[in-house]
Amino acid sequence: MTLLIKYIKSFTLFELMKGLKLTITYFFKPKVTLNYPNQKGPISPRFRGEHALRRYSNGEERCIACKLCEAVCPAQAITIEAEPKPDGSRRTSRYDIDMTKCIYCGLCEEACPVDAIVEGPNFEYATETREELLYDKEKLLRNGDIWEKQISENLKRDSKYR
Amino acid sequence: MTSLSLEITIGILKIFSFVVPVLVSVALLVYLERKVLGAVQLRKGPNVVGPFGILQSFADVLKLLTKENLLPSSSNKFLFIFAPMLTLILSLIAWAVIPISSTYVIANINIGILYLFAVSSFGVYGVIIAGWASNSKYPFLGALRSAAQMISYEVSIGFVIITVLICVGSLNLIDIVESQKNMWFAIPLLPMFVVFIISALAETNRLPFDLPEDEATLVAGFFTEYSSISFGLFFLAEYANMILMSSLTVILFLGGWYPPIDIFPLNAVPGIFWFVTKVFLILFVFLWVRATFPRYRYDQLMRLGWKIFLPLTLIWVVITSAFLFYSGLLPN
Repeated sequence: MTLLIKYIKSFTLFELMKGLKLTITYFFKPKVTLNYPNQKGPISPRFRGEHALRRYSNGEERCIACKLCEAVCPAQAITIEAEPKPDGSRRTSRYDIDMTKCIYCGLCEEACPVDAIVEGPNFEYATETREELLYDKEKLLRNGDIWEKQISENLKRDSKYR
Repeated sequence: MTSLSLEITIGILKIFSFVVPVLVSVALLVYLERKVLGAVQLRKGPNVVGPFGILQSFADVLKLLTKENLLPSSSNKFLFIFAPMLTLILSLIAWAVIPISSTYVIANINIGILYLFAVSSFGVYGVIIAGWASNSKYPFLGALRSAAQMISYEVSIGFVIITVLICVGSLNLIDIVESQKNMWFAIPLLPMFVVFIISALAETNRLPFDLPEDEATLVAGFFTEYSSISFGLFFLAEYANMILMSSLTVILFLGGWYPPIDIFPLNAVPGIFWFVTKVFLILFVFLWVRATFPRYRYDQLMRLGWKIFLPLTLIWVVITSAFLFYSGLLPN
């Protein structure tokens, strides 16, 4: 009897029809595609994107050249050189991040005692040459100026979970 | 003399009136396939080039045309270039006998169905030549698989066609359609209809029977070495063959240009509309099947062809002819 049922099922293509029914229900379901450049998905406040060096609201650089980020960086993408400024404060003279080495782990951000180096929400910084991805201090500070508003908001939103 | 040249001009115009719509529907079909597959997988499919992305295929063709046409150094140059041309030519000349409506056909010959069967059997030559001329292992294996597969399924397609021919009593495609005015053959010959659709999938190397171009084991099958427009020709031929097979299905089983029911608002619509609608419906089924089923294993494919379809169609030929003979319905 079970054999008979099996034969009837295979000759009426029963299982195949079930499969076709399933796909046709998906055919009419609403689609999940985002039209990417025009539409973007939501990003978490702790998203780890392009790096930025931040400033205090009076324009002073936050970074105190403690080199913790350089030490913690597992990919050794960060290079820092420091020298005392005329006013006696300790500042970096060179702060380079090789974005081709960076693995976006976010440890530099975690290590930083003054919230100077952060990974911002920007992920659309593809370049045409490799050299453009070797960021120097100037570029990082400029990123900080561009994204400051969103970075500080994200840090505030994320602070209660830290 | 002038009447002869006039006749030739009309003939050429007629041919163009078939070839151009076929090529345009190939472009449309490629677009439709990507849309259907996308929709089934909850994606949107192409939607950037032109309204709703409808010009996507034309952009793809332009891309293919601007690419370099690579000739493998160990290949047989002449056959390597000849194979895609042959494949495309064969998939286009078959349209000579396809009747779009009761009067509109390039060549209304009495052995139309035999001609179609012969041309579609020739299709395997393009594949084999391509696989052999490439002088490379994957194309060669793909070509062999394709040859074995096409031959196996042609046998059952042959029996299906014989069943239809017994019911009609003519090899003329227009006669075949006209004998379905009252009832489409898909209803009395339903099992044959299903077998024909499945065999058509195998014949055109479509999923779930696309073993000749099985990318998991054979890279791209018989056109692995092809690039640029010679690849484009294979691509074009494959889709033109799909359209051909679905219009053959429509002619043999779905009453060609006749409306579903012969009542006023439906039979006032021109037959070509019904024909095209039915063809695209069958094509949608092809794409739907592709979106649903995984690929067959090669021995399963052969088992299905020889051990199931062949006996099944053979028995149906006997049953149908016995029924027609004893009920006195046999056409003379």
